[in-house]
Amino acid sequence: MESAALPVNRSKGAAPSFLGQLLGFNVIWAVAFAIVGYIVAHWLGGKIGANIAAEQNPGGTDQDDIAILLGLFGSIIGWMLGLGFFNYPLKRMLGRAPSLHEGVDSSTWRYFRLCTDHKVVAMQYLVATLFFFFVAGLNAMFIRTELTSSNATLFPAGNYLTLVGLHGTMMLTMMSAGVIGPLGNWLVPIMIGSRRMAFPRIESLTMWLTVLAGFVLLSATLLGGFPTGWTGYAPLADQARAGIDSYLVSFLLIGIALVLVGINILVTVVTLRAPGMTWNRLPIFVWAMVTTSILAVLAAPVLAAALYMVMSDRSIESTFFISSSGGSPLLWDELFWFFGHPEVYILALPGFGIVLEILPVFARKPLWGYRMAVAGMFGVALMSFMVWQHHLFMSGINANLRPFYMFTTELISIPTGLIFLNGFGTLWKAKIRFTVPMLFCLAFFFNFLIGGLSGVFLSDVTSDVVTHGSFFVMAHFHYTIMGGLVFALMGGIYYWLPKMTGYTINQALGKLHFWTMFIFFNLTFFPLFAAGMLGMPRRVSSYNASLHTLNVFVSIMAFCLGLSMLIFLGNLVWSLVLKRERASDNPWHSKSLEWQIPTPVPSYNFEQIPTITGDPYGYGLPEAPVVDFGRRGAVAAGEAGA
Amino acid sequence: MSIAPEKVGRDEPHHGRNIAIIWAIATAIMVPVIIWVVGPHIPPGSLTDDTRAQHAVDVVLTALSIPLLMLVWVYLGYAVINFRADPASGTIVDGPPLRSNTRIQATWLIVSAVLVVGLAAYGTVDLLTENGAGGGQGSNPLAKPSDARSALQVQVIGQQWLWTFRYPGYGGVETAQLVLPVNREIEFHVTSLDVVHSFWAIELGVKADAVPGADNIAYVKIFRKGSFQVRCDELCGLWHGHMNTTGHIVSGSAFNSWIHATVTKYAAVTKYLPPYSLTYYPIPTRNAT
Ligand code: HEM
Ligand SMILES: [Cu+2]
Ligand SMILES: [Cu+2]
Repeated sequence: MESAALPVNRSKGAAPSFLGQLLGFNVIWAVAFAIVGYIVAHWLGGKIGANIAAEQNPGGTDQDDIAILLGLFGSIIGWMLGLGFFNYPLKRMLGRAPSLHEGVDSSTWRYFRLCTDHKVVAMQYLVATLFFFFVAGLNAMFIRTELTSSNATLFPAGNYLTLVGLHGTMMLTMMSAGVIGPLGNWLVPIMIGSRRMAFPRIESLTMWLTVLAGFVLLSATLLGGFPTGWTGYAPLADQARAGIDSYLVSFLLIGIALVLVGINILVTVVTLRAPGMTWNRLPIFVWAMVTTSILAVLAAPVLAAALYMVMSDRSIESTFFISSSGGSPLLWDELFWFFGHPEVYILALPGFGIVLEILPVFARKPLWGYRMAVAGMFGVALMSFMVWQHHLFMSGINANLRPFYMFTTELISIPTGLIFLNGFGTLWKAKIRFTVPMLFCLAFFFNFLIGGLSGVFLSDVTSDVVTHGSFFVMAHFHYTIMGGLVFALMGGIYYWLPKMTGYTINQALGKLHFWTMFIFFNLTFFPLFAAGMLGMPRRVSSYNASLHTLNVFVSIMAFCLGLSMLIFLGNLVWSLVLKRERASDNPWHSKSLEWQIPTPVPSYNFEQIPTITGDPYGYGLPEAPVVDFGRRGAVAAGEAGA
Repeated sequence: MSIAPEKVGRDEPHHGRNIAIIWAIATAIMVPVIIWVVGPHIPPGSLTDDTRAQHAVDVVLTALSIPLLMLVWVYLGYAVINFRADPASGTIVDGPPLRSNTRIQATWLIVSAVLVVGLAAYGTVDLLTENGAGGGQGSNPLAKPSDARSALQVQVIGQQWLWTFRYPGYGGVETAQLVLPVNREIEFHVTSLDVVHSFWAIELGVKADAVPGADNIAYVKIFRKGSFQVRCDELCGLWHGHMNTTGHIVSGSAFNSWIHATVTKYAAVTKYLPPYSLTYYPIPTRNAT
């Protein structure tokens, strides 16, 4: 605990000159070193692999996976080197004193390198995940364009599969980092009254690994694409061309980043809470981050192990997934979904947290059933490790296990249902203000309910015989992830961005964005339940001609949904770049700690570590104490807009 | 701008009662509509015993989800209309500081637990009877039709990117055509030669993954003659979307004459096939795309 006791340096260091910044460690060098790293390691791998490949696969291998995999790992090392992640460990080995600060100054450069200010990391995360969100969204537009015809017309079959795989993998990886990265890193320390995360350098590392993962995934297109979708089923993955190496390495990077982010959040919440921040007063969003982190820490290593096995099958010709050599194709399915199901709750819990955090503010009521909400989140988190075989009902797993997994899957709807009860209790006799964040939260319940109810169909084995692997599943998980998580994230962005950036976000454009997104989201995805039940499998570019009209309708709605996302982008540009209207300290009149400190938030967050005197949900009791900032004080609850 | 607690009046409307009434009416209208108007159109039809079971389950589940859907919609709608702040007044008014209610929470828990246990029991019963027999059950089926012993065995072999079918009862003859007799129990044995595929015949209500080295069993009994679509339902590489074929359901006697003609036609080829087996262990190819 030596480092925790270190004094926090409140003054930002003087910024070096432009040339100094340019020549220092930053993302420009990272890109350069990553390319060099790839070339060097690829060359090395070619030397190592030459003999193996020739012996094992006479005439069979047309691409050298050892070289490519090593090359990708080389680029990871180059990337970290260029960003300066090895500086501190080296300096410490040479006897330098410990420090929690690196790269913190007032220049714009801090956004382009290793920086230990958690607010900077969060903004980096936000920009990065939104960037990849839009890239993946663009892929969805291409997919929907192809599906306007019942035969493959636009893309060759392989490219179409790559598009689907890129869209799915990028959405899921970036959105699993999409809340815990930006909002988690920004809010958790401030909400618990801390000046930093427990491991500031690891925090920055997770962010830069996530960025690299996005680009590595995109590099699949240079290596021939990959045919497996986001699920990477072996032995197809063993067999596929080199593009899948990018998928494997990218997913591995995300797995590592998830584990590190999880550990960081858990340690932060356990060790760095301000005096008086008891477990009973912890904001519900922080609880959501805690449970998400538990899932990430426990599930992602299984994914990493499985990915490693495929890499070794592909490079050194091991046979984990080759049945003729003693391996098992089902092993991948089991390992992948053992991670995969917790992963979908990594995508759900943050949404619960955001919604339950925002609802009380605009209902002007305390969060109803706080303890139940926490219990619900833990229930979901723990049970999500017991349901993964519901993805394998048709795969020929031991038939005797199917009733059990059906039961556990249906059981998990109980803790999920509690979140609805929390929401309803909070809305009861409320004084609702229909701000943009609130609209997104209300829509969350509407959408997530449809996602959840369709999940009941999928959990029933008899019904799943029809819907498994069809567009019904597609509609189901878009309703939970997009209708749930992404709607909540949008609400969170509209709600917290004024605090995070210091500028207000245009509400009129926000409402336009909300209504178009809500309407076209439902018009896009609801018909797909029918498409699935009528026999349309996932991941095909040619389908039954009888489903043509339906698909054309869906595609048009999807394009409108895409336009709605452009309204969102336009709003961000308008509000943050063009208009730049200063936000007040507490525009929503929230009682939560993050709104009681000045906007923009100073780099040390709190003048003095505050003393927490109540939970942040004391609505209805004007005097309910929330926080005591000590002698110097700050904006007290309630005085904000006066 | 000041923040004031709400003055609670005596003449408050009975919100709970109102919501319950609207919910009951909505449910009472919607459930019959779902069962009798929408229900008959829910896929996958009534061609086989499996599709009938699946259709029944889907109607039940849809009908069951209506009350829940209505509960959430009615509540949300009611709250949005009745529990809104007065935008005209400049003050921000707080709602009552309610934090929890043990009775409501306990009721909610109990009701959802009952629903879940009921659902799981219903689903399990289906799985133990023939109703759950259409999904791939692995090599040791739990749901076995009563006439499984006299069933016609058909092996379904998936490979990139086509389906072939072997009839072990007829010398293991292998053909690219799937022809099945009507009104007879059929026992599919699904396996694969390379990667994971999934054998999906939606009109039959059959879906079973084809996994290399594994034998995946599914049963069906077909009630009418006709034809049906076979599609691959697990991503298996480049031409996954084209791994389709059409199957035919014919009368018992037509099936007999077809299979005997096929056996004769392919006699010369069948000799050189690997002997019939539940699984095959081919050497996997690399980089087939
Ligand atoms: C503009 C909104 C979106 C549209 C129009 C859209 C559309 C699609 C389409 C057409 C597919 C391919 C279906 C198939 O053939 O299997 C797909 C797959 C998928 N989408 Fe989206 N999507 C959208 C947003 C999202 C979001 C926000 C997420 C998650 C955060 C997401 C996650 C996925 C995943 C995981 C897959 C499966 C990929 C696979 O099969 O491997 N999508 N989406
Ligand atoms: Cu799952
Ligand atoms: Cu396939």
